[in-house]
Amino acid sequence: MTKMKVEVLDRRQFVVAAGAGAAALITGISGANATPEKAMELMTKLTNGGAAKAMDGKIKVDLPEIAENGNTVPVKVSVDSAMTADDYVKSVHLVSEGNPGPEMASFHFTPASGKANAAARMRLAKTQNVVGIAEMSNGTIYMSKTQVKVTIGGCGG
Amino acid sequence: MAKARVKAPKKAKAGDIVTIKTLITHKMESGRRKNKKTGKLIPRHIIDKFTAKFDGVEFFSSDWHGAVSANPYMSFSFRAEKSGEFEFIWHDEKGEETVKKSKITVA
Amino acid sequence: MTKMTILKRSQMLAAVLGGMMIGLGTSNTVVADELAAFKVGDMHSGYVYTAKETRALQDDDFENPGMLWVEEGEALWSKAGANGKSCASCHEDPASTMKGVAAAYPKYDAKTKKMITIEQVINREIVEKTGGKAVKWESKQLLSLTAFVAYQSRGMPLAVKTDGEAAPFLAKGKAFFYKRRGQLDMACKHCHEDNAGNMIRADLLSQGQGNGFPTYRLKWQKIGSLHRRFRGCNKNIRAKPFKSGSDEYVNLELFVKSRGAGLKMESPSVRR
Repeated sequence: MTKMKVEVLDRRQFVVAAGAGAAALITGISGANATPEKAMELMTKLTNGGAAKAMDGKIKVDLPEIAENGNTVPVKVSVDSAMTADDYVKSVHLVSEGNPGPEMASFHFTPASGKANAAARMRLAKTQNVVGIAEMSNGTIYMSKTQVKVTIGGCGG
Repeated sequence: MAKARVKAPKKAKAGDIVTIKTLITHKMESGRRKNKKTGKLIPRHIIDKFTAKFDGVEFFSSDWHGAVSANPYMSFSFRAEKSGEFEFIWHDEKGEETVKKSKITVA
Repeated sequence: MTKMTILKRSQMLAAVLGGMMIGLGTSNTVVADELAAFKVGDMHSGYVYTAKETRALQDDDFENPGMLWVEEGEALWSKAGANGKSCASCHEDPASTMKGVAAAYPKYDAKTKKMITIEQVINREIVEKTGGKAVKWESKQLLSLTAFVAYQSRGMPLAVKTDGEAAPFLAKGKAFFYKRRGQLDMACKHCHEDNAGNMIRADLLSQGQGNGFPTYRLKWQKIGSLHRRFRGCNKNIRAKPFKSGSDEYVNLELFVKSRGAGLKMESPSVRR
């Protein structure tokens, strides 16, 4: 294999490689990013305070371990529920801990949905946790956190 | 109107849970990108709400933010009970709506 | 003058990105059999170097975002131009009249006495046959029509003619591929021939084939042309890019497609 010696990558590429500039590259500006605290604030708001008593289980959020490109990351949510009139999933919220803003998408179901399943494609500005929070019709809340590694490509992405 | 496509079954048995898939062209401009030439922020323009109805009654909806990818894909489920018509509505922040309809026969 | 270290995948594992790369390594280890359709001898389609989630987007016609442009092209095919004629007026059913057409471009053009790409032919037809104005290379109309025409060759092998009148242009395209350029002083071959299959930081290098274009590139969040990709690559090595449709890129396209002869067309493919 041909190997060429390197003097130095230009400073911007270094910053990018360190991850700090990742958000800037994808979003155009590097400003205050979402944090786990901001994400929790949003979840509390979306669930009218319910997020604080979120439990594990029932909700599954499928995301790739490594996103080939942060612009389009396929995500699947599914919540274990029979979706009957007495017991169904009202909403599932996806919240970001590392994007410029924590809000991503919310899915609202009814018993007529049959299954609390949804699939979409999201933007992730950098390696981060994506939080899925499910609100049941009886008020219980379930939460799951998944880490997705987002890489910056070799030649500017 | 943006260009949308829907994959929904035309036939089902009563009680079947079917999967509906949708895709629509839209830049989903987050409002955080800068115009490379002028340095100014490109104004935000996204689809903020997707709604699925059956015979006029909403059974699924989704709120979208700037984190939703361009040319958004959305798939979800529906329990088929009787024959009727689906209506899928994409609403963008500027008030523009794209609507697609699809019929299903349930035996 | 700065140059770049292109590390072997195993060396990358030891580098800063450590654990992350182990995941990347295993996700790209595939059984040879399932990718046989994407290889012709040593030539591999970009599909081989694409992550499995991205491949899944290409494999399903409904989920493939590039198909939105194919649909748009289908609508434009029958849309009457200023003189009342559309593509359909002469070419009728595209599934038969356009079958295999895109796979053979670029072709030698007797009028201009040089190679011509499918985009240039489509633009010429718009002007000469439908009374329209030529459209920009990366415009929605041209991308849609190109995607639609290329789609009619999907599954067919790249088959550009490189002998006779095309020969001197092939030589120019080949020379471009092997010539160093830009501040990074690199030629196409340094990544796409010498290091295909190796990592360049966090990207897996492909062979730079042209069988998937126009492609829905996740980075662009839309479909784009081969010449757009050439421009991007040239900018990445800090070389001044040529214009889409320039002689340099048309000849390079001829060489790239002859190099990948036999690879099946995948337009519209999905790549990162």
